[in-house]
Amino acid sequence: MNAVLDNFDLVLRAFGYTVFLFLVSAVISVALGTLLAAMRVGPVKVLRMFGTGYVTLVRNTPLVMIFLFFQLGAGKIFDALRFTWVDIHIGPFDFTSFFSAAVASLSLYTAAFVCEAIRAGVNAVPLGQAEAARAIGLPFSGVMSQVVLPQAFRASVPPIASTLIALLKNTSVAGVFGVIEAVGRMKGFTNDYADQRWGIFLAFAIGYVLLVEIISLVSTLIERRWKVA
Amino acid sequence: MSAGVLFDAPGPATVARHRAYSVVAALALVAGVAFVLWRLQATGQLEYDKWEPFLTPRYIEAILVDGLLVTLQMAFSAVIGAVVFGVLFGVGKLSDHRWVRWPCWLVVEFFRAVPVIMLMIFCFYAVFGGMDELSRRTYWSVVLALTLYNGAVLAEVFRAGINAVPRGQAEAAYAIGMRKTQVMTIVLLPQAVKIMIPAIISQMVVALKDTSLGYAVAGLGLTRIAKPIYQQFGNHVPTIIVITAIYVVINLLLTLLATWIQRRFVGEKKVLDVPMVGQAQSDTRSTTL
Repeated sequence: MNAVLDNFDLVLRAFGYTVFLFLVSAVISVALGTLLAAMRVGPVKVLRMFGTGYVTLVRNTPLVMIFLFFQLGAGKIFDALRFTWVDIHIGPFDFTSFFSAAVASLSLYTAAFVCEAIRAGVNAVPLGQAEAARAIGLPFSGVMSQVVLPQAFRASVPPIASTLIALLKNTSVAGVFGVIEAVGRMKGFTNDYADQRWGIFLAFAIGYVLLVEIISLVSTLIERRWKVA
Repeated sequence: MSAGVLFDAPGPATVARHRAYSVVAALALVAGVAFVLWRLQATGQLEYDKWEPFLTPRYIEAILVDGLLVTLQMAFSAVIGAVVFGVLFGVGKLSDHRWVRWPCWLVVEFFRAVPVIMLMIFCFYAVFGGMDELSRRTYWSVVLALTLYNGAVLAEVFRAGINAVPRGQAEAAYAIGMRKTQVMTIVLLPQAVKIMIPAIISQMVVALKDTSLGYAVAGLGLTRIAKPIYQQFGNHVPTIIVITAIYVVINLLLTLLATWIQRRFVGEKKVLDVPMVGQAQSDTRSTTL
C-alpha cells in the first residue's frame, strides 16, 4: 500500500480526471440521449428511423473502436475533431485534445444507452394515464407537463443511474488513450511497484466502488423523493 | 403509432404538419450524410488503395482468423466461465446461511462495480504475470477478467431467474419431501435456465464487445488486428469502419438469436430484470420494458 499512500496526491488527481470525465460526459450524453429519445418517440418517421439506427449501431460497437475513431480517424476527416483547439487548465488539471476525444467518445457512446433508458421510462407510463388526461380536457401541453412526463422522468431514474454507473466505469478506457485517470495511474503504479500490485489494485478498486456507491445513493435519494404516495 | 402515451391519433391537419416535418428532417439528414461523404471524398478516404487490403485474401484471412476467431474464442470462453461463476455465486446469494450469503454478495457487488479494464490490467500483471508467452498471457487475462465481470452480472441474472420461478414449485417440492439441494437442482434450476438463456446470450454481446478492452494489455483479436493494417497502409478510417462493421454484424446476429430463443422457448414474457450495482434486491421494480 505504500506506493498508494506515498503518492496519494497523484492518486487523488487521477480520480479527479475520472470524475471530470464522468461529469462532462454525463451532462453531454444525457442531453444527447434526451434528444435521441425525443426523436425515437416523436411523430416524425424519418427521425424515428435515424434514432433507431443510431442506437442499434452504437450499442453494438465496442467503446474501444469509438475511442480509436476519435483518436485516429475523425481528425483525418474533419480538422475540428482533432480537438487541438481545446487547451484549458484548471488548477492541477489539464484538459487537452486527449481529454476532449475521450469526452466525445464516451458521450456519443453513452447517449445511445441514455436514450433507451428514457424511452423505457416513457413506455412505463400506462396508456390509460394519457387517455384519462385527454378525457378530462387537458390540452397536449397539459397532458405532457402534468401527467405523462413527470411519471416518465420518475420511471427513468433507475435505468439512467445504471447507465451513468456504466459510464463511470467506462471512463477507464480513456486511461488507455492518453488520459492519466485512475486506471492509467494504476497501470503506471503496477509497473513501478511490482511487489505491491495487490495493494495498488485494491486501493484503486475501492476508489471506484466508492464513486459507484455515491451515484447509486444519489439515485436512490432522487427516486425516493419523487415517489408518489 | 396511431395513438400512444405521447400523442393522440392525429387529425388531417396534424398529419400534414408531420409530413412537412418529415420532409425537413429527411433533407437535413441527407445533407448531413452528403457532407460526411464529401469530406471522406475530399480527404481521400474513399480511394481504392485504402480499401484494397479488405479485398486481399491474405488480409481477409488475417482478419477472420487472427481477429474474429480469436475474439469469438475469448468471448465464448469467458461466457462459459461466467456461467459457472454465475451459478455458484447466484445460488450462493440465495443461500439460507448468512456466512455463505454475505461473502457471495460482497464478491458479486465488487466485480460489478470495478471497471473491466482494471481487472484485465490486474490479471495481466499479477495473476498471469509469470506466464512467458505474451499472447497466451493476454488471452487468459482477457478471459479471466471478463469471466469475473460477466459472472458477477450473470449471478444476478441467475438469482432473478430462480426468483422468477413460481413459488409454489419450491413449496410443492418441499411438500413431497425433497431436500434443499434437490429442490434447487431438480426443480428450480432447470426451470430457471429456460428463462435465463436469452439473458446469457445478450451477455455474450457484452463479453464480445469487452474483449476489445484487451487493448489495454497488448490485446488480441479484432481490435488489435486493425493496428498492423492501418500502420502498413495508412488507412485508419476504412479499417475502423470495416472492423466496426464486423462487430456490429456479429452482435446483431447474437441479438437475433437471443430474441428468437426468447420467443420460441420462453414466450412473449419480458426479459429478466436485473437490478443495478448497489441497489438493494428488495426494491427491484420492473422499469425496463
